[in-house]
Amino acid sequence: MNEPLLSVRDFSVRYETAAPVDAVRDVSLTVHRGEVLGLAGESGCGKTTLAYGVQRLLKPPAVIPGGSVTWHDADGTDVDLLALSADALRAFRWDKISMVFQGAMSALNPVATVGAQLADVFEVHRPGMSRAERTAAVVELLEIVKVGAARIKSYPHELSGGMRQRIMIAMALALRPQLVVMDEPTTALDVLVQREILREITGLREAFGFSVVFITHDLPLLLEISDRIAIMRAGRIVEIDTAPNIWFRPQHEYTRTLLSSFPRLTAERQVTR
Amino acid sequence: MTSIDVQGVSKTYRVRGAGAINALEDVSFTLSSGQTIGMVGQSGSGKSTVAKILTQMERPTSGQVLLDGRPVPTRGAALRAYRQRLRMVFQDPFSSLNPYHSIRHHIERPLVLSGVVPADEVDAEVHRLLDKVQLDAGAVVDRRPHELSGGQRQRVAIARALAPRPALLVADEPVSMLDVSLRMGVLSLLSDIQAQDGLGVLYITHDLATARYFSDEIIVLNQGRVVEHGSADDVILRPQHPYTRELREASPDPERFFVDSAGGAR
Amino acid sequence: MTTTTSPVTDVVADGTTATRATRARARVPWRFIGRRVAFYLFTLWAAITINFFVPRLMKGDAVDNYLARNRGISPEAADALRALLGLDSDRTLLQQYGDYLGMLARGDLGVALTHGLQPVGQVIAGALPWTVGLIGLATVLSFLIGTVGGAVVGWRRGSRLDALIPVTTFLSTVPYFWIGLMAISVFAVTLGWFPIGKAYGIGTTPGLSLEFAGEVIRHGALPLATIVVASLGGWMLGMRNMMLTVLDEDYITVAQAKGLPNRRVLWRYAARNAVLPQIQSFALSIGFIVGGAIIVEQVFSYPGVGKMLLDATNAKDYALMQGGFLVIVLAVLIANILADVAYAVLDPRTRQSEA
Repeated sequence: MNEPLLSVRDFSVRYETAAPVDAVRDVSLTVHRGEVLGLAGESGCGKTTLAYGVQRLLKPPAVIPGGSVTWHDADGTDVDLLALSADALRAFRWDKISMVFQGAMSALNPVATVGAQLADVFEVHRPGMSRAERTAAVVELLEIVKVGAARIKSYPHELSGGMRQRIMIAMALALRPQLVVMDEPTTALDVLVQREILREITGLREAFGFSVVFITHDLPLLLEISDRIAIMRAGRIVEIDTAPNIWFRPQHEYTRTLLSSFPRLTAERQVTR
Repeated sequence: MTSIDVQGVSKTYRVRGAGAINALEDVSFTLSSGQTIGMVGQSGSGKSTVAKILTQMERPTSGQVLLDGRPVPTRGAALRAYRQRLRMVFQDPFSSLNPYHSIRHHIERPLVLSGVVPADEVDAEVHRLLDKVQLDAGAVVDRRPHELSGGQRQRVAIARALAPRPALLVADEPVSMLDVSLRMGVLSLLSDIQAQDGLGVLYITHDLATARYFSDEIIVLNQGRVVEHGSADDVILRPQHPYTRELREASPDPERFFVDSAGGAR
Repeated sequence: MTTTTSPVTDVVADGTTATRATRARARVPWRFIGRRVAFYLFTLWAAITINFFVPRLMKGDAVDNYLARNRGISPEAADALRALLGLDSDRTLLQQYGDYLGMLARGDLGVALTHGLQPVGQVIAGALPWTVGLIGLATVLSFLIGTVGGAVVGWRRGSRLDALIPVTTFLSTVPYFWIGLMAISVFAVTLGWFPIGKAYGIGTTPGLSLEFAGEVIRHGALPLATIVVASLGGWMLGMRNMMLTVLDEDYITVAQAKGLPNRRVLWRYAARNAVLPQIQSFALSIGFIVGGAIIVEQVFSYPGVGKMLLDATNAKDYALMQGGFLVIVLAVLIANILADVAYAVLDPRTRQSEA
């Protein structure tokens, strides 16, 4: 559990606008092989910028003024992500780290079938596969996430929110990556669908053994699914610890504030009315 | 003492190609001043339709809504007067305020329209209302909505709702678009005002935890039907209906989670 | 004030469980098609009816005009002409309308006074290929170059390619006749690279010969180039702006995170979505081909429908004007049908948007 998978050191992101904004400041963080790392914080705290930044997915005016990101691959080699050439980076993306995005609707291309959007991952990363092999792989993925092969020719707008999110998870699993970054994957969903998707993710993790970085503002949710949790505020990680420690022994003032933002569902009421 | 009675209300929408959709089926409850009722359910459960029917933006297909025993008016001056007795706070603090008007304008308008204070006291009342929602009146009154944060905007929306001194307030997901650390503040504010003014509040939400925390009673809606209605603690701690249980199990609850996992029952 | 989204659409659009949404493919949207067909038929009827009434509301009929220009025609001959043109005053307006519809149904558009009483259909048939060939081709070329160019400029926003936009936009704001006349003066008169006007040289006989084809291309090149230059800006700007909107969409970031090559993200994800609004503008512009032809064909003395229409208007040749107008209406309608079809093919969301 303590074998590192991704090491981020003194990583910063700045938006070079008229008034420069330091969105991420000197963040150091290690994702271990096999763990679920929760990244919690409010909107604008830099959690998404951090997750996109380490994969070099940010667009101008974002710049990375400093830090290092090292990938410790399963085959034993270390990769400096910030030094990869454009082609090497493209080959690295999705193969090693994939993502599940927040808005499942807007994350899918509205004019292409879900089958085509799953298949193009194979087309690009596994050029040796024949068309029949690709189709078989897409069918398998749709079955794995319980959407069903019949949906292969459906367009995104024909599917429910929960199904679209399953498609995104299927897409993330396509190349059997070692790390899946999930950015608010369940926020737009109803609580029952959210729970369904979480169970799905847990089951898939048991089957495929990938690590997860789970980004959300929903701390109670994170406490249930994470091994460790990093609390972010104003571009910095103010506290990082195991989930039980964050819950029972929060050290930072802000962690306590965040925890108190969520009333307990079943505990005695703290305030009587 | 004001109360609104929803009696056997159903609402059916006709959708071309899909036939009829029952948004609400035989929904009944009473909301009285001095109490908060939480209404929970998933999207599509009919929560928002209840809000629309209470504010008379929609008419029920069958059943009736009574204000203090009399059918609520459906048009004209009587409807406008009714809408000053029952006010609404919307989900989106970004689109519910007009970007071209100052905060003062937003609160003045309902004051002037309702005539609850004489013309020469309107300005003082605007300040009083902003104070009441814990905004620095002097600092925000001449600003426009985009100059305020989401939490401040939602407070303005609450002040606007309170301006005509309503007896009842319908809050439809009032904090779901705010940052988490701001939510409790806004809800506590609503709760304090409810207690001070003896308001009747219908708090519509998908979040069981805040519903329990801020409500006296909870109504659980599923596919347009009331599946459970009881005191907040009964509904959450001792749910009777399988759907309520399902909702409760699905909601994150670290308390129970850590107790369970400590007991090895994960 | 805002209202929250209706719970009904929530049920339909979002669903609540993974098993509920139904498969909505391979369904022919008959209701949608039926509504469109009804719409087009109504538009066609309205256009034909307006086309019938407008000349009759004008002062003085075509025969009066014809008489004024051609002396020595007897009153009997004039009456015969009126009967021929369907303008005989002893028939009621309704009867005339019936006659007109009957003639249209038989494909009979009347005779053109300015072309020695030739059938209008023949006159138009002689002019239409030139217009469709020149301006149609120019419009398609301009659309393709502008859209592809706009996609690339939008994709590389912030690069030096951005300078193209003000240049092409400037060219499209300059009045067309000015560009046309400048092009003639520089490339035809001064440099002598191209002939000055007309569709082919005076000594050439039209026919399926290489020589004739060469003549047509030589004469058409300059007007074609000027039209493309003058109309490129709109396509380019529209496509570039749409690209900028689309590039901010999540699915673009997803495509990049998937490690897809830039070319694939640009064309299959970004441009493929950005082109949708362009299609509708394109349909509109095809409809305007005939109308837009008037200036071009005047400047280059090109024997197309535009010049024909202008001449007919100057001579108050109503039958010919009506025929020309009918061609414009048909062009607009056909272009819209094509755009509907193209849109349905390119955007899966329209295929089931009946509700």
